Amino acid sequence: MSLKRIDLLICCGSGCVSAGAIKIKDQFHSVLKDKGLTNEINIIETGCMGPCDYGPVMVIYPEGVFYKKVTPEDVEEIVEEHFLKGRPVKRLMLQDEEEKNYLTNKEIPFYQKQVKVALANCGYIDPESIEEYIATGGYEALGTVLTTMTSQQTIDVIKKSGLRGRGGGGFPTHLKWQMVHDNPSEEKYFICNGDEGDPGAFMDRSLLEGDPHRVLEGMMIAAYAIGAKNGFFYIRAEYPLAIKRIKLAIQKAKEAGLMGENIFGSNFSFEAEVRTGAGAFVCGEETALIHSIEGQRGNPTPKPPYPAVQGLLKKPTIVNNVETLGNIPTIILKGAEWFSSMGTQTSKGTKVFALTGDVRNTGLVEVPMGITLRELIFDVGGGIIGDHKFKAVQLGGPSGGCLTTQHLDVPIDYESLKERGAMMGSGGVIIMNEEKCMVNVAKFFMDFCVDESCGKCAPCRIGLKQMLEILKRIDSGNGKEGDIEELQRLGETISKLALCGLGQTAPNPVLSTIRYFRDEYEAHIRDKSCANKVCLDLMHFEIDKSRCIGCSLCSRKCPTKCISGSREDKYTINQLSCIKCGTCMDVCPVKAISKVPGMHPDVKAKREAEAIKQQNQDE
Amino acid sequence: MTSAPQMHNDLYNQLKEVIAEKKNVRNPLIEILRVAQDIFGYLPIEVQEFIANEMNIPASHIYGVVTFYNFFSMTPRGKYNLNVCIGTACFVKGAPRLIQMLSDELGIQMGETTKDGLFTMTAVRCVGACSLAPVFVIGEDTFGRIDSKDKVAEIIKRYQ
Ligand SMILES: Cc1cc2nc3c(=O)[nH]c(=O)nc-3n(C[C@H](O)[C@H](O)[C@H](O)COP(=O)(O)O)c2cc1C
Ligand code: SF4
Ligand code: SF4
Ligand code: FES
Ligand code: FES
Repeated sequence: MSLKRIDLLICCGSGCVSAGAIKIKDQFHSVLKDKGLTNEINIIETGCMGPCDYGPVMVIYPEGVFYKKVTPEDVEEIVEEHFLKGRPVKRLMLQDEEEKNYLTNKEIPFYQKQVKVALANCGYIDPESIEEYIATGGYEALGTVLTTMTSQQTIDVIKKSGLRGRGGGGFPTHLKWQMVHDNPSEEKYFICNGDEGDPGAFMDRSLLEGDPHRVLEGMMIAAYAIGAKNGFFYIRAEYPLAIKRIKLAIQKAKEAGLMGENIFGSNFSFEAEVRTGAGAFVCGEETALIHSIEGQRGNPTPKPPYPAVQGLLKKPTIVNNVETLGNIPTIILKGAEWFSSMGTQTSKGTKVFALTGDVRNTGLVEVPMGITLRELIFDVGGGIIGDHKFKAVQLGGPSGGCLTTQHLDVPIDYESLKERGAMMGSGGVIIMNEEKCMVNVAKFFMDFCVDESCGKCAPCRIGLKQMLEILKRIDSGNGKEGDIEELQRLGETISKLALCGLGQTAPNPVLSTIRYFRDEYEAHIRDKSCANKVCLDLMHFEIDKSRCIGCSLCSRKCPTKCISGSREDKYTINQLSCIKCGTCMDVCPVKAISKVPGMHPDVKAKREAEAIKQQNQDE
Repeated sequence: MTSAPQMHNDLYNQLKEVIAEKKNVRNPLIEILRVAQDIFGYLPIEVQEFIANEMNIPASHIYGVVTFYNFFSMTPRGKYNLNVCIGTACFVKGAPRLIQMLSDELGIQMGETTKDGLFTMTAVRCVGACSLAPVFVIGEDTFGRIDSKDKVAEIIKRYQ
């Protein structure tokens, strides 16, 4: 984009910034200044490039050299060797499997199966520059729509493309639009949902931070199609950079005459503003979100009436997800056929995912719909870290479900995932290795949903709490026969009766883990054993006397003083007083202490005795 | 030096300006509360009542909104807000252990403030640095891949 000799693209997405990207950028500026090279090298701060795990990352053009895990100390060498002598710094580059060749950006396996539509510019352009966005074809789609297409024609293109909402539900985008388009109301609103409540997901954030103009352009096209003059971006407060970037994009678009009155000389006028969320998962639900923008508590209200009929300020309103909007300019430019050529029968185009957990390449990816879970996790994600095995993948966050090895060849589309008890969700993909306890994971999600339940409807408020109590009981060794069935019964009832999507989907993680990992639940309940030694009440620490050298270190460090012994007799743990802090295991110099699955017999006996005593007292 | 009540007045004046400025925006309450929390550090009842008066809305409505959103706090916080991520990615990578380590190091539980008033430990669901899990944030600085007590101690020391 520049006339300078070298373009240095430094990833300044949240992952890389947390890993120290800003320091590196500053260091480049100062080294280049010292050497008088500022006129030759163009430093561009981009949004997330994808492979966050390797952060801080950067790409240097024209060659497309990719550097990973750069430190401020490396900067001098990059400038000296690469910029001045034309010799890339090999030790910072990625190598292929045989460690023979050094890979350029394009050759990295991580990118091989990816197709970037919504993320096309993310990591390539400076998100704060409207010029760079325009140089990649930005705002052309808006121009085309406003000058050559009617609103109905616009909706027809989206209909033909098969685009479905990326916010979780997968509702056909054109259907909603048509409804509002056909509504004669003078006042209509458009809202972009940037609440991204799924914990452990950062797709929408990365898009808003990395290519804000694209989302804005998508919103304006959509607003034109439905006949709205006002738009809102609802973004969570935890995303200050995304908020700043969108505000800046709005300002720049206005200055450039791309927003305001009579855009492109048409009779379409549009204004947008930003509203911030304040930390409530339920506010991602569209009716709750609308109440939040109205300055109320973010309680959902029953649908119908749908926002498309009666939304913000009781006027017809469309709520669309960030990524949904990010697809729109490209669909207009490249055509509905091109978009619908990707994907499966029912799910077209691409989907952005945030890969996290025990996978090698954690980061942000965009793949065509219909790709299998195996390709996503092993080819794009690079497989499981270390010597571990793949155990499960959670899709769709707290509303989603866990799938397992038997599902690795399932194609990713809305319907296939749903059939198996998971869901597309917004795109958070948590990959887990064999060391994870599924009961514990289910409890984690339930805990989240109980915390985030807005409390308005009883099935969600009371029912979820009851499910959590049962899970806690199981995980603390007090599970009873029938608990699994009770969880299933409660879960199914809540799914049917809850008012909003939060309650309706909250049982999913529990139901899907029961479906695929029932044996783990049973072991927790019957054998009082957590095979993965995660649930503290269902495991214990043990000292292997044949290895113990009697140094007494553990005994001295134990906070409850429950280890005793001598050099001759070696050391033993008094299981009844152990609080499972793990200190002894950490300090033992000969690794004689290990975790063992199952409640210790002493503890079991004590608990049984207490239960009998309690029973006698009750009688 | 300004005396405490006067400083308070300054803060209230600051808030008053913000309210005046935002009043014309449609439904500005949440935005105003956010700024108010920035100014005061938290949202005690007095501040809520002040806003209610200025905006001519019932204080009970404001209370309802403040208590609904996690982002708002009605108790004072330490100098640094130490936010531990308990999002899914961090959970899977050992957030519970990280919380234990921080708790041991600081001598406080989740939600509490250290005696010296330096740190308040709170939980947050994902700060977008999932690739560095497990993560915690102090102010604007993110610390990732925290897997040992030594790392925790070293980081805390920098702020003491
Ligand atoms: C509890 C709950 C949380 C939600 N959170 C989000 C969210 O964070 N982002 C989002 O885009 N949609 C979220 N949704 C879905 C929205 O209600 C709405 O369907 C979506 O924004 C519509 O946009 P789309 O058709 O483009 O997907 C959530 C739904 C529920 C029930
Ligand atoms: S786990 Fe903790 S409490 Fe238990 S024996 Fe070891 S040091 Fe003591
Ligand atoms: S620290 Fe290890 S070797 Fe030393 S007494 Fe304890 S168990 Fe035995
Ligand atoms: S934040 Fe840099 S690659 Fe994702
Ligand atoms: S889950 Fe902790 S940073 Fe995302």
